[in-house]
Amino acid sequence: MNKIGKPNLEIFSETLISEAKKNKDIIVVTSDSRGSGKLVPFGKELPDQIIEVGIAEQNLVGVSSGLATGGKIVFGVSPASFLTARSLEQIKNDVAYSDRNVSLIGISAGISYGQLGSTHHSIHDFATLRAINNMTIVAPADNFEASQAIKQSISYNHPLYIRYGKKPMMDIHPPGTEFKIGKSIVVKKGEDLTIVATGETLQRAYLASEILKESNIHCSIISMHTIKPFDKKTFIEFSKNSKVILTVEEHSIFGGLGECCASLIAQNNINVKLKILGIPDEYMINGSQADVLDHYNMSPEKIAEISKDLLNK
Amino acid sequence: MDLNQLKIKSLEYRKTILDIIYKSGAGHTGGSLSCIDILNVLYNRVLDINPKNFNEKDRNHYIHSKGHSVEALYTVLCDQGFFSRKDLEKLNHFNSHFIGHPTRKILGIEHNTGALGHGLSVAVGLALSKKIDQKTNKVFSLLGDGELSEGSVWEACTTASKYHLDNLIVIIDRNDLQITGKTEEVNPIEPIDKKFEAFGFESISTNGNNISELLNVFKEIPIQKNKPTVIIAKTTKGSGVSFIENQINWHHKVPSEDEYRRAISELNEKLNSYE
Repeated sequence: MNKIGKPNLEIFSETLISEAKKNKDIIVVTSDSRGSGKLVPFGKELPDQIIEVGIAEQNLVGVSSGLATGGKIVFGVSPASFLTARSLEQIKNDVAYSDRNVSLIGISAGISYGQLGSTHHSIHDFATLRAINNMTIVAPADNFEASQAIKQSISYNHPLYIRYGKKPMMDIHPPGTEFKIGKSIVVKKGEDLTIVATGETLQRAYLASEILKESNIHCSIISMHTIKPFDKKTFIEFSKNSKVILTVEEHSIFGGLGECCASLIAQNNINVKLKILGIPDEYMINGSQADVLDHYNMSPEKIAEISKDLLNK
Repeated sequence: MDLNQLKIKSLEYRKTILDIIYKSGAGHTGGSLSCIDILNVLYNRVLDINPKNFNEKDRNHYIHSKGHSVEALYTVLCDQGFFSRKDLEKLNHFNSHFIGHPTRKILGIEHNTGALGHGLSVAVGLALSKKIDQKTNKVFSLLGDGELSEGSVWEACTTASKYHLDNLIVIIDRNDLQITGKTEEVNPIEPIDKKFEAFGFESISTNGNNISELLNVFKEIPIQKNKPTVIIAKTTKGSGVSFIENQINWHHKVPSEDEYRRAISELNEKLNSYE
């Protein structure tokens, strides 16, 4: 059984503190978000490397861009929901179009805020940011991916968005796994179907594959941690060799991982059955992150059941 | 460059603005003419930004927040040698980087602007980077008066004030007009000085189309240690061409052949009086 690790947000904070101690050019910008971003220790240990702009997300992004113009390696940290909706124009113009070395960190992403409701959910961030040129989008799944994403972002030197959830995550990847922004990780290979998951839903896909194994159904599992640029090569290769593709994401079914996969299947004339799991277009049900994901067919058991149906087994 | 030479520059710059807008068939005539004297003084006397030092880190910076008045910026940057007049003739051509708003694809341009209310936050971030690096360089940003309705401008002011950014100089091109009409009728923004002061700035007003007044104002900055400065530069939209001045329709009107010739002739007459 895989070990349960820490919340990815904690890993983000620990990794960033450790990197920022080595590199004084790393600057964090927060919008009254250092508590929810687990950055209180950063503020205490590196007070000269943190800028606080108050509850002003548009300003956070603009100031981050200006700091990057001045040669800093900038991490703009704010709840994913506000960062990628309220500040969308600043992300588009001041970071992406202006090509600044800013990593935007969307904290408590997806439906991490649970019962706080739709104002606080970011089920739109993949869709909005995918449509912005020159944006890279990363959704780490486990602690390993969470830490690697930050380490690589420091020398990435281009606009980057990374989203983090706040629940403890199961360790998926064994030691020695290679992580590279833009290159998916094949977690396991199986001949019956391929489940592609991103971010925190990878854990659920992985657990579903364990259930399916008991019925002698063997899955490939792909961690598509980078939503853009999309690892087309790996995805197309698996699509061509699978009977079924099932995608799982903590995001609207519109404009995210699933639709990206659908587009690749259609445009490459691949004959494979596809099912997209995500949040449907409706007034969202309220509940904890876990309960809401379960409700929208993303419990490991339901993913396994849907997989069987798709395989007619 | 002395006062007389600067005044001649301002007239020549106006001719270039009209020329490139006329030839390319598009541009923001009124706003470019209102801010040209400010850019003239900045680039020829204040900023010390040139093609040689542009890629250096330790220098002053200029963020053109009212991005639509890009023809004024192109004109001055061309004169500073960032690119040739021949390059500038490509304004609005297919596949040209000389478009209707500034981009970093053009040497000399610091930041991509065009959507209003963005430049000041970026300038604040830049000014912060100078403070962190313990450098004395200054950051200047020009905003339109209509732009002041954008809430993000005031978000940026709070941070400028919190971090005591006396290396930040904000200039307001107060030409009283925006695309729909008078700013005070569209969405009143006065009292601009009191508003900035309430946000922690020191303010000073000047005639933004008067070279000698502008020179004097820039000598005084920062007005107060530990505080950001705002210069409210009272200007005339379309300044320098009689039939363009204070006319709402000249916000982005392109001169006809006849208007172009009349405007150039007016400016030539003024130039002749210096020679």
